[in-house]
Amino acid sequence: MSLTTPDTATIDLSVRQFLADNFILDDGGAGLGADESLTQAGVLDSMGVLELIMFVEERFGVSIPDEDTLPENLDSVSRIVNYIGRRLAAEARG
Amino acid sequence: MAEAFGPHVLRLPDPEASIEAIAAGMRREVRAFRRKGGVLGLSGGIDSSVVAALAARAFGPKNVLGVLMPEADSSADTLMLSRLAAESAGIGTVLEEITPILDAVGCYRRRDEAFKRVIPDYGPGWKAKIVLPSVIDSDAFRIFSVVAQAPDGTTFRERLPLEEYLQVVAATNFKQRTRKMLEYYHADRLNYAVLGTPNRLEYDQGFFVKNGDGAADIKPIAHLYKSQVYQLAEALGVPAEIRSRPPTTDTYSMPQSQEEFYFSLPYDKMDLCLYAVDNGISATVVADSLGLTQEQIERVFQDIAGKRRVSQYLHAAPRLVVGDGQGPSGAA
Repeated sequence: MSLTTPDTATIDLSVRQFLADNFILDDGGAGLGADESLTQAGVLDSMGVLELIMFVEERFGVSIPDEDTLPENLDSVSRIVNYIGRRLAAEARG
Repeated sequence: MAEAFGPHVLRLPDPEASIEAIAAGMRREVRAFRRKGGVLGLSGGIDSSVVAALAARAFGPKNVLGVLMPEADSSADTLMLSRLAAESAGIGTVLEEITPILDAVGCYRRRDEAFKRVIPDYGPGWKAKIVLPSVIDSDAFRIFSVVAQAPDGTTFRERLPLEEYLQVVAATNFKQRTRKMLEYYHADRLNYAVLGTPNRLEYDQGFFVKNGDGAADIKPIAHLYKSQVYQLAEALGVPAEIRSRPPTTDTYSMPQSQEEFYFSLPYDKMDLCLYAVDNGISATVVADSLGLTQEQIERVFQDIAGKRRVSQYLHAAPRLVVGDGQGPSGAA
């Protein structure tokens, strides 16, 4: 984990790269709409969510409690990016 | 006026006619394989008990063999109920205790290594199972947790990370695959076919192990909702002790219901939701019938669709990779 908090664009790029690397997306995931449901698009299933959680926890150093494993936090690129941003900001505030 | 939607939509109009039709179909398929009878694993559950009774009707009891395959984590009543099913159907049985095989391949050791990485105190004398959160209570993603009980009765619950989840499932799948290996041993020895026992819910939703309990030569009840299997059980005279036993996975050392492990709802409600999805009945109508909210039923519908996506791999036969001009019939 870097000492400086990554900005939204960096998080977005990192999330898209993860999705492209792990879920065999066409065009490297570039065609994935920011608000497109990852479950409806067939990208995320229950195992995929576990992979996503592991990625977020390892890459950004934030733990995701069970009560946060909700579609509103994890079911699109924008939701994931926003969730990570909120968790990083909360941890930075202590 | 009759209700438009409810449990009655699944009622078989003439169970005896269904039994005769299935038995005739079993004879036809097994004859086509040039086999002379049927082998099946008996678990003491409703599905294998019904298939045993159907096979006895189809081939004659002397041409059916039930294989009893308990292991260290099987319930105390599994063997007794399996024998009861066999006696009721009039078929012979053979006992194959599979714990030594599972020990030899490291089934328990590999599973327990994964549990121990999540719960470091886990060890000899502990019991465990893996569970899913309810679809009805929340829209959270369904992520497995391990529930473990220490010898002093203290219970722990921890989320299973990906690597540990996969290792637990992979190790536990030895059980179903070992059983299938033994069923095929007896089938080959006797020139019989292997009879699969999934019902429609299990078959449709992928509640089976690929090349384990998912493997068979014929699957005589895979087109029947579980409620219909119970209806046939009654008509076939399957003993009441078996018909009243709650469905269980009988796979982990702690008791585990099928709802904890896989399905969103008890089987009778799952049957109706699956029927509704397949027949274009709205979540509102189903919700009214089952006493749940529209939102809850929509989550169940989504869960059904998700499991269908996952089960495509489980159902898939090995695929030939062609394109080099060497395939059969000029495949390219």
